[in-house]
Amino acid sequence: MGYVPVKGGTQAIAASIKRLTYERLKGEEILEINTILATMGSMVDQVMSESSLYSPELAALAIKQGEGSMEEAVFLMRAHRSTLPRHYYSEAVEAETMLVERRISASFKDIPGGQLLGATYDYTHRLLDFRLLEESAETNRGWLQDYQDSLPMIQAGQEVVYFPKVVDYLRQEGLFETYQPDNTRPTDVTKQSLQFPTTRSARLQVLTRGQTGAVTSFGYASLRGYGQVHPTVGEVRVGKMPIYTVQPNEMDQEPEDQFYIGEIRITEVESFVPVTVKNDENEDELEFEIGYGVCYGKNETKAIAMSILDQCLEHPNSNFPTHDEEFVLLHIDSVESTGFISHLKLPHYVTFQSKLDSIRQVKKGVQKVES
Amino acid sequence: MRANMHFAFFDEGSKKEIRRATLKAVAIPGYQVPFASREMPIARGWGTGGLQLTLSLIGKMDVLKVIDQGADESVNAVSIKKLVQETTGVQITDQTKDADLIQSRHRIPETPLTKDQILVLQVPMPEPLRPVEAREYMTKRMHSEDDYSGAWLMLFEQIVKYGRTATAADHPVYVNGRYVMAPSPIPRFDNPKMHLSEALILLGAGREKKIYAVPPYTTVESLAFEDYPFAVESFEGQECQLCGSAHVFLDEVIDQKTGKTVYQCNDTSYCMEQLNSREKAEVESNYA
Repeated sequence: MGYVPVKGGTQAIAASIKRLTYERLKGEEILEINTILATMGSMVDQVMSESSLYSPELAALAIKQGEGSMEEAVFLMRAHRSTLPRHYYSEAVEAETMLVERRISASFKDIPGGQLLGATYDYTHRLLDFRLLEESAETNRGWLQDYQDSLPMIQAGQEVVYFPKVVDYLRQEGLFETYQPDNTRPTDVTKQSLQFPTTRSARLQVLTRGQTGAVTSFGYASLRGYGQVHPTVGEVRVGKMPIYTVQPNEMDQEPEDQFYIGEIRITEVESFVPVTVKNDENEDELEFEIGYGVCYGKNETKAIAMSILDQCLEHPNSNFPTHDEEFVLLHIDSVESTGFISHLKLPHYVTFQSKLDSIRQVKKGVQKVES
Repeated sequence: MRANMHFAFFDEGSKKEIRRATLKAVAIPGYQVPFASREMPIARGWGTGGLQLTLSLIGKMDVLKVIDQGADESVNAVSIKKLVQETTGVQITDQTKDADLIQSRHRIPETPLTKDQILVLQVPMPEPLRPVEAREYMTKRMHSEDDYSGAWLMLFEQIVKYGRTATAADHPVYVNGRYVMAPSPIPRFDNPKMHLSEALILLGAGREKKIYAVPPYTTVESLAFEDYPFAVESFEGQECQLCGSAHVFLDEVIDQKTGKTVYQCNDTSYCMEQLNSREKAEVESNYA
């Protein structure tokens, strides 16, 4: 008899996978990768962010293969990521050089450079738009034409002007401390396992790879009362960042020797958090600190939540789980958490049998005492 | 698959339910009445509590004003106005005195409100004891036992640490001598406007599912110690660069040309009104 489940297992798996394919094909519709890329931008961004792999095409493929399941898509991407060699690290990017498509501040009305609303769902009313039931390529083309016609002609300038950071204005006032850039080589969490207490670079990496929902929930918990960070968003910016690398074997590395290898779209958040600091006379004083959040693509909620958690973890506090780096960092990873939760579906016949045995033994003992 | 829109978005049953919670809130000043907060077409935390109050109260003849951070033209105020108008067709105004229903985020208008007006405040954090106790079960019990030592202790600790109370907006208040209430994140500057207000003030927290109220002519006292009295934000020596008003809540703005910090009225409709009345006075004096 012992042989049968093993054999049956092989056949059952084959049949199950066949059935899975059937479920995807039975509607007799084909979702093109280009359709996903063109119309499911948010999902593509989230998959890239959680899988730490910037490739819209592969993310779209993963979404198609995973039938829209985020955890499955991220899983596929992470597994693929393991097959890729890491040839080199990019140069540190300065977020000031972002080509900004959206930039808002919730702290100041008139920020230097101005607010740029860009494209956002924030002010749409979440009412189902039944017109989308009968959308046609033709009417869409008409809409696009009208939109383009209504845009004023803009003459391109000769030089690129960057948006200044909101925080620079407050730095001048002495409300924020000015730090020297920390150019120590960051920990690479994909090459080393986390050791506690960890470094800020490692923390930020784990946070930015974190599952969107988990990062959001933990950030929310801190905000609501199970934590002590309630920030004001200093600046949210979405845009494209140029990425440069240098020849790793070059001895003297000059900025002009850097190679431009392309651009990535990111969301960057700087939150302002009031904290208590000691001044020179050892008195408590209030000062602002920055909570930092950044992630691939456009995902403002995640980046803001990350900025909250960054501050929480900078200030450990045993009263609150969101201030505990082991609690936060070890639980927000999509592949790790969904993997271990779903392992509960695997057979646990042996462990359960021994649990049953001990519970029966204990119960027997109790009855004996009663009678 | 398609559905027609109801007047004021909600079905009548939902509106009635919210109004019942509102009545209870008015009957017990400052007490947080739980209600079955609905999912709204705008995001939780963007004013859904206020919006639910507004939609449950509004009638065809009402005139609505919506403020966000003192401005009628602020993005979220515009969005909320658009939603209410699309679902009700009511008249919208910027003038505080013309409105009978005013929904606001973070401000009470500078123009005094009257007994014919209702002010609806959007509340993100309705629980004044949350900073001292994370558990809802415990804070509810503390309210019932009139145990506000935590709130007092918070102020006391600030005095010990910083030499003064260091609350920002949302400085807790005692309502009708019984409940300690979060006045919604209005600046301390606006707290005194709640005291013996002629207008009914309703506060709605959509995400936290609470409605509470300050009925007209109710005492509202900001928590403070005798030797460390309550103080509002100071704009001493500053006035609005546009209309010249002093003794109003001012915004700090950076002049892009000179790089200097200048001030202007936070309440944009009040500022406009001041400018208009000054112009009118000028015109009249010229004719005379």
